[in-house]
Amino acid sequence: MEHYNMNLTLKVWKQKNAKAQGSLETYQVKNISSEMSFLEMFDVLNEQLIAEGKEPIAFDHDCREGICGTCSMFINGRAHGPWEKNTTCQLHMRAFKDGDTIVVEPWRSQAFPVIKDLVVDRTAFDRIIQAGGYISVNTGNAQDANALPIDKKNADDSFMAAACIGCGACVATCKNGSAMLFVSAKVSQLALLPQGQPERESRVLNMVAQMDKEGFGNCTNTYACEAECPKGISIANIARLNREYLVASLSTED
Amino acid sequence: MNIKGTKTVESFHKRLGKIMWDKCGMARNEKGLQEAIVEIQQLKKEFWSDVRIPGDIDEMNPELDKAGRVADFIELGELMCKDALNRKESCGGHFREESQTEDGEAKRDDANFSYVAAWKFAGESNWELTKEELNFEIVKPSQRSYK
Repeated sequence: MEHYNMNLTLKVWKQKNAKAQGSLETYQVKNISSEMSFLEMFDVLNEQLIAEGKEPIAFDHDCREGICGTCSMFINGRAHGPWEKNTTCQLHMRAFKDGDTIVVEPWRSQAFPVIKDLVVDRTAFDRIIQAGGYISVNTGNAQDANALPIDKKNADDSFMAAACIGCGACVATCKNGSAMLFVSAKVSQLALLPQGQPERESRVLNMVAQMDKEGFGNCTNTYACEAECPKGISIANIARLNREYLVASLSTED
Repeated sequence: MNIKGTKTVESFHKRLGKIMWDKCGMARNEKGLQEAIVEIQQLKKEFWSDVRIPGDIDEMNPELDKAGRVADFIELGELMCKDALNRKESCGGHFREESQTEDGEAKRDDANFSYVAAWKFAGESNWELTKEELNFEIVKPSQRSYK
């Protein structure tokens, strides 16, 4: 692929803290290489801003390898930008042309308050995990791989659900601000495996209760979350979550 | 925060990285390491007199966070050079140019350097060495060749 440099106009959300009013600020960046990642372009812009005596833009980033789920930009109206099954850190500038204007916003959802600029507070996800996203197996040596036979389809479905990196793109994309894709991935991953059985019912009830408490909306099957998920988590998990929830609410003694 | 200098935190990190890469890299020598220590001490002075940290202290401030880490890296970088200078043997990928065999392989010196170096902070640019001896009972360290 041919390398090229580009000049861009960026419209970036600036907001001092959760209480302050935010607005879009316009920035110009020059000589951006098509080989840079989107976050590297922000590094260049921030160095330029500091040199000019201005405040840099706060944004979340960590591994920059597409596996940690920390980066979280809403680019031109799409979570993680224009590429399919891709995180912001793995979005490269060759997705854009010289002269483009790019609008960058934080994840927008009531349950994800803005901390600063493009950084939002996603601890609601941590609290959902704490409510039930764990198993109570004893620690120690792992048993022999063949000691617990697992159906190939269940193993595959669980593995696919476990690919969720908890970035929150599903919530940011959903018109209802629903966290159903995230919660369903975590519930499915454990419900499909023998290790997840002891807490199978309490898990789904507690995680859904926490999800509601955090102020996430409900699912109305628009499939937007599946389309924007960087890991391609299937909406079939939400159907499984609903079945798990129904069975658990009918059978539980609490 | 109060320094309000002219150079970004990132620029200091990059300069420190360049010194470490050039003079405390896979192959290093006494002269280079001595130069590196002086250069890092100068960099440290410059950092504490000319770094620019934007933003405020009472809000999320990624630049302040990064500045704290780079300040630590500068101290650690100096200590790494001091330790590398002290260890005159070559040890695997830590190759001292003065200590090589005739065909250019890493030359060990287990008589003098069979220890883990633990350095205790003893004030600005000063550390005390504690040697934790290594005793190999079964497998003895020996000259390796990957040829």
